[in-house]
Amino acid sequence: MEKPGHHILSYNSLLGVLVALLSLTALSVWITNFNFGTLSVGVALLVAAIKGATVLTYFMHLKFESRILKLMVGGVFLLFALVIIITFIDYLLR
Amino acid sequence: MDQTNKYTHTSYLENEGRFKGILSWLLSTDHKRIGLLYMNTIIVFFLVAAVLGLLMRIEKMAPGADIMDAQTYNGVFTIHGIIMIFIIVIPGLAAVFGNFFLPIMIGAKDVAFPKLNLLSWYIYVIGAIMGVLSQFVGGGAPDTGWTFYVPYSAESATNVLFALTAAFILGFSSILTGLNFIVTIHRMRAPGMGWFKMPLFPWSLYATAWIQVLATPIIGITLLLVIAERTLNIGFFDPALGGDPLLFQHLFWIYSHPAVYVMILPAMGVVTEIFPTFSQKPVFGYTAIAISSLAIALVGYFVWGHHMFTSGISYWSRWFFSFLTFIVAVPSAIKVFNWVSTMYGGSIDLKPPLLYAISFIFLFMIGGFTGLALGSLATNVHLHDTSFVVAHFHYIIFGGMGFAFFAGIHYWFPKMYGRMYNIKLANIAWGILFVGFNVLYFPLFIIGLQGMPRRYFDYLPQFETGHFVSSIGAFILFAGLILMLYNLVRSRRKGPWATANPWKGVTLEWQIESPPTHENFETIPEIKHPPYLFKKEND
Repeated sequence: MEKPGHHILSYNSLLGVLVALLSLTALSVWITNFNFGTLSVGVALLVAAIKGATVLTYFMHLKFESRILKLMVGGVFLLFALVIIITFIDYLLR
Repeated sequence: MDQTNKYTHTSYLENEGRFKGILSWLLSTDHKRIGLLYMNTIIVFFLVAAVLGLLMRIEKMAPGADIMDAQTYNGVFTIHGIIMIFIIVIPGLAAVFGNFFLPIMIGAKDVAFPKLNLLSWYIYVIGAIMGVLSQFVGGGAPDTGWTFYVPYSAESATNVLFALTAAFILGFSSILTGLNFIVTIHRMRAPGMGWFKMPLFPWSLYATAWIQVLATPIIGITLLLVIAERTLNIGFFDPALGGDPLLFQHLFWIYSHPAVYVMILPAMGVVTEIFPTFSQKPVFGYTAIAISSLAIALVGYFVWGHHMFTSGISYWSRWFFSFLTFIVAVPSAIKVFNWVSTMYGGSIDLKPPLLYAISFIFLFMIGGFTGLALGSLATNVHLHDTSFVVAHFHYIIFGGMGFAFFAGIHYWFPKMYGRMYNIKLANIAWGILFVGFNVLYFPLFIIGLQGMPRRYFDYLPQFETGHFVSSIGAFILFAGLILMLYNLVRSRRKGPWATANPWKGVTLEWQIESPPTHENFETIPEIKHPPYLFKKEND
């Protein structure tokens, strides 16, 4: 029930995040030149997860939220990571 | 129990707000009115799907084609499943009783986002209408079953696209309702109501809401992928296009197994409210019940593979999913032990809500134990895709969620309408429903063990007796449903006036007027006690 304060990020910070996101997008395209074999989906997901986390942290102000909200979002990420890992382990072991 | 005079306050039923007549319902953002909108919509669709179920049972009363051909049967069981699952049992308890009672039970005046709440209902209605329309437009009724398994759903010439889109739209309603409930519970609890002073029905809704928010997008995307495969020929699931059919099953069950907990968790929450009230005793093991709801929601995410034991997943996956399936039974069992312990030594009042709640335990236990037979790798090979699965599923979903819904409506009816139903008639309807249910579904266990496949329109002569008995049960069950609905619908306007607290309940909804006022509370209550504190008569 706590109410976190109101935060305004500077234009420089937002610009930095934007550049980071564009760079990561370029990275996710560039790494398709390499064959990671069974790990290729995992690598693509890793880059996507970093991008998602950046958006959540800065654009959606998660950085300034209460600990419980951070835990909830972290828990959701963990849950989806586990679901994806379990599914792909089935492919590896089949 | 009953008053001779009508209540004197202005209830939510009379407070029309800015709009008059039907618009005061269709444009209302009052959580109670939206709860009733859901309930009336669900009852209409339930009757449609129940009639379809009855038609299937009539068809199977004797071998051969009796009242429909094989393709019609495929369409009927598909739409029966789609309506029952996506339109009735998934939204069911949370949308009706959650909407109506969650804010009241946590001491709030409404949900966190009332307009979003109304929007959720509209999205739900659009999806529901599309689901039914899929039967009548395009290339014929979808015949894939509610599970939409590929590669058949990607190839079937029937109207699968329409049904997929309907399920996709319905998912949005579920997500938005879940989101609304999470925020409501986090932000709008009355002063003093810490997490462990919150009643257990809101706890169950909280666990449910997380599943709705996190799992539903997966089915949405999966159904979109099937649509893309059908329309754009992109190979996600079709081996001919480089896809993998098992990927569909993984994605489908990653949502659809937790969805079973979306159905059953609020049901558990409802009966958890009923047992203390009708035993006049605090709920046994409050914390264990609250935490077990979260445990079921969490572990329930990781058991989806038990639907795929015979599909060709790896040996270690089968082992892993079977093990976790047994683990998820533990928190469910904790709840059952606590419900029974709540009644032990209590002042039992066998009114209709308690009868339904006790039947819930009985039927849910049968469903649960037969679920363990299905969760075991060896027995699953024999039982997979037999009518044993149909019986297990109906014991869990109808015997569990359905009977909990009936328990809830009989429990909260006097609060919702300010009137009391005919208790004697309700008891008779319960008896007919309980007998009909077991006569309908129990024979399916037996013929399933003997090898009767599910979803078959015809059968071998040795299964005739089982099917015949089951069909007789369907008629008995239907008669019970009609009697129960007659009693409730009639009592909404003609039942005797009820007092504010006819069952001597102690949670917040019983401390306000019946029916509640538009804003529920004149002043927001301050919570100083645990939720189930029953005072002895001498206190």
